[in-house]
Amino acid sequence: MSEIIKVGMADLKTCKSPDGITTLGLGSCVGIAIRDPITKVGGLAHVMLPDSTTIKQNNNIYKFADTGIVELVRLMELEGAKKSRMVAKIAGGAQMFAFQNKSDLVRVGDRNVESSKATLKKLGIPILAEDTGENYGRTVIFYPETGDFVIRAVGKAERTI
Amino acid sequence: MSDITLESMSEQYFDVLKELGNIGAGNATTALAQMLQCKVDMKVPQVKLLEFSEVGDLMGGEEQIMAGIYLCVEGDITGSIMFLLEKESARHLVSKLMGMEIPDEEFNEIEVSALKEIGNIITGAYLNSLSTITNLKIFPSVPDLTIDMAGAILSVPAIEFGTLGDKILLIQTQFTDDYELDGYFILVPDLESYAKILKALGLG
Repeated sequence: MSEIIKVGMADLKTCKSPDGITTLGLGSCVGIAIRDPITKVGGLAHVMLPDSTTIKQNNNIYKFADTGIVELVRLMELEGAKKSRMVAKIAGGAQMFAFQNKSDLVRVGDRNVESSKATLKKLGIPILAEDTGENYGRTVIFYPETGDFVIRAVGKAERTI
Repeated sequence: MSDITLESMSEQYFDVLKELGNIGAGNATTALAQMLQCKVDMKVPQVKLLEFSEVGDLMGGEEQIMAGIYLCVEGDITGSIMFLLEKESARHLVSKLMGMEIPDEEFNEIEVSALKEIGNIITGAYLNSLSTITNLKIFPSVPDLTIDMAGAILSVPAIEFGTLGDKILLIQTQFTDDYELDGYFILVPDLESYAKILKALGLG
């Protein structure tokens, strides 16, 4: 029987086909799903903040796009994935409210997306698809077997990217 | 002061924040009773310092549909405050305020603005008591409302807390009129404001 592994907020995990991996209720956070299509090793990170270098409390490397993605890739390599074959899909980064205070947190959703893309680019991992921005929450399920990234949102049809 | 983190706050500080939560939620209950013109009881609020991953579970899972009312705070302290209410509870309050049943579908424009007003009054009462106790000027912004998954709404205050540490401070309040309503307050003062609040209370 295959399982669906759950990833929390500021968390990341790896998984192997036929298992899937999910994270629920992404808001301004970004979910980064990575897969090695040959070994079918996958992983999902749920990052909250774009940049660990601008924040003092940065011990939790899972929390940031820059450090979280690097760690996820490292853990996937331990499971037998190869970085040169990895491909990614990303979702989330919504702006949940029409305004958000504190200039450095304005557009944190967008900045999470930008930082995720920049980090993936630096690692040489191509982004095959994304469903980012807008103003609504998303639940995502990723299947390393096929690379399907299923996205659910309130009052919207489920879609696969 | 920038070395304070939520985790490192002493028991005493945490007790103060709890007490502020109690008083604020008490005032909010009174305001709610006045608005609905009926008796509203409140259980003693629970103040919790939770890991990010625990927050969704508390509210019935990350996918639980909630109404979230969010506003910014300016003045002597800066930060934001959020009031969260389960969708059915929100529907109940809006029905009561408007004096009619709200059908079981999406809220329309008028209902959304009624809900915003409820959020405004509740958070306003909460902030008023905080302002009175600390003698600090606190000005709330116009509220914004969203109805979505709990996890997605909570990502907003969680990200703000995320710049300080790995936990979120949450005040759970249960109101009862003829229906039990679970409400949650999340107050996110920035670090300097925490210091100011504590100083105003003679603990800084």
